[in-house]
Amino acid sequence: MAEEPVLSLADFRVSFPTDDGDVLAVRGVDLDVGPGELVGIVGESGSGKSVTFLGVMGLLPKSAKITGSAKVMGQELVGAKKEVIRSVRGENIAMIFQDPLSALNPVLRIGPQIVEMIQSHRSMSKSAASEHAIELLDLVGIPQPKTRARQYPHEFSGGMRQRVMIAMAIANDPKVLIADEPTTALDVTVQAQILEVIQRIQRELQAAVVFITHDLGVIARVADRVQVMYAGRAVERADIDHLFIKPTHPYTRGLLDSLPALGGERLKPIAGAPPNMLNPPSGCAFRARCTHAAPQCANGDMALVAFNGSETACVRIQELVTEGAL
Amino acid sequence: MLRYILRRMLWLIPTLFVVTFLAFCALRIGTDPLASFLKQNPRASLANIKQYKSVNGLNGTIPEQYFHWLRHFVTGNWGRSIKGSTPVWPDLKHAMANTAVLGLFSSGLGIFFGLSIGIIAALRQYSKFDSVSSTGAFVALSIPPYISAIVLQLIFAVYFTRWFNLDHPFLPTSGIYPPGHHGFDLILRVKYMILPGVVVAIQTLAVYSRYMRASLLEVKNSEYMRTARAKGISERRVIFRHALRNALIPVTTFAALDIGAIIGGLVITENIFGYPGMGVFFLKAFNNGDYPQLMPWLVIVAIALILFNLVADVVYAFLDPRIRLA
Repeated sequence: MAEEPVLSLADFRVSFPTDDGDVLAVRGVDLDVGPGELVGIVGESGSGKSVTFLGVMGLLPKSAKITGSAKVMGQELVGAKKEVIRSVRGENIAMIFQDPLSALNPVLRIGPQIVEMIQSHRSMSKSAASEHAIELLDLVGIPQPKTRARQYPHEFSGGMRQRVMIAMAIANDPKVLIADEPTTALDVTVQAQILEVIQRIQRELQAAVVFITHDLGVIARVADRVQVMYAGRAVERADIDHLFIKPTHPYTRGLLDSLPALGGERLKPIAGAPPNMLNPPSGCAFRARCTHAAPQCANGDMALVAFNGSETACVRIQELVTEGAL
Repeated sequence: MLRYILRRMLWLIPTLFVVTFLAFCALRIGTDPLASFLKQNPRASLANIKQYKSVNGLNGTIPEQYFHWLRHFVTGNWGRSIKGSTPVWPDLKHAMANTAVLGLFSSGLGIFFGLSIGIIAALRQYSKFDSVSSTGAFVALSIPPYISAIVLQLIFAVYFTRWFNLDHPFLPTSGIYPPGHHGFDLILRVKYMILPGVVVAIQTLAVYSRYMRASLLEVKNSEYMRTARAKGISERRVIFRHALRNALIPVTTFAALDIGAIIGGLVITENIFGYPGMGVFFLKAFNNGDYPQLMPWLVIVAIALILFNLVADVVYAFLDPRIRLA
């Protein structure tokens, strides 16, 4: 990456205090996202992928403890004043969510909800902002945007609502767009349309997109690079082609094997369940479920190391590749 | 919308017909005006009895008597009370006005402070304020008005008068004006209304603070609140425009129903404070089996309830675009 990253995480950590101790939801994530890049974040439920970026946006409950560094356009957000975070979100970094119905305010018309986003960062007259809102609705492919702007969220279909969410998120030309499972609640044909919209936004507005999902099929379609997360940490980071052709972590291999294929054999699910994040294991968190686990997996800091053009946290990667196990 | 309202208003007529018929039958079966007449005039002659019966429409079967009453009622001939033979309408009018004043005073007080407390409690969930106000609300709800009325009378009329060596009670405990007073006097009127008003307001306040708190907490955890925050707008705007706008919808509907119920009077409180409102009117008429007084009372209360039910529905549809009246 030659250019300065627009989003940069370093040793980013999130924990939630509970009566039984701290739940370590995110345990040191590093990530640089360059301008206009589309990075996929993959992992199963509870791997910390959503929590990481909600934390970056400052949208976690007050009790959450956040440490490390998260910079948007060079502006540090961890530990920053509320006003600073507020001025950055919606302006340089915006987010769309999984369920577009509950994410829109049911009692406000669509237009004003977008106008609010514009006016909170731009000094623009109400009519100019309304005009811009209609342009945005047009841009994300909503027919008759003028009429639609005067309607309420419940008058839109699921896919259209997600388009509205995207229109709202890109209202101020953010440099980073966080998409938190934006297609999970939609049916497959609509999913494809929404992915197209997101890719077009990325191209036309030169916005970097962080695409959070558990759906590898979706990732394969849109992402340039992928970061695989497990138990609050990155276990593998690779270009999209590398990841699918020669994964460098047993967990990624497991994820790929659990994908259904037409005419293929039975799925091979990953046995077991993710660890309890109240007391995550030392060393490799995946080793309890890993068929290649060895004693040395219990030690080490599990930092990502470069291997064959990818980066992996697996300490046995050299042996596994030699054995042909991956 | 207008059609809907008109249709609901038309439904008022058959509803009232059924309600009054059932109530008339119940009253005439349960009470005997002739018996109370005879108790007061033990030496009434047969001619007297006959005259009494025809004047009060007591001839024939109960349905016949009902239609006799109905004919007179709709032509504006509301008759005279059985006891004392006073015209019904002036008495009823005064009772209604008194109850409306007390009801609006206490509801206004209770709803305003109840909502304020509920909002603060929800915004600072689990704070000291929250636990104190929640406990307070449960205590207030657990004390029946006949206890709190007497306790307040003791404190403000008996003990205060004693402690401050006053020559008359600190706050009056009965009636709406001092004996022998004529004409309108705002200060006296308010002074006489404080104790009964507060007794009722305490209950109202407790109910509304709980209701408002629950409603706002539910909204606070909704996803569109997260979207609103993600826009980078101020917390104040998030609360007022997004949270309260939604949380007040069910509370407002509830309040409309509540205000409709005011006109029925506060039987217990009005009796303790000798407050000449609809509750006292009802109880006296009921004890005398005085159906010429009871029936108009019932019609007015029924109309108020039905109308404010309609108001609640219309307000709900107005506040929540998802509701369609048809």
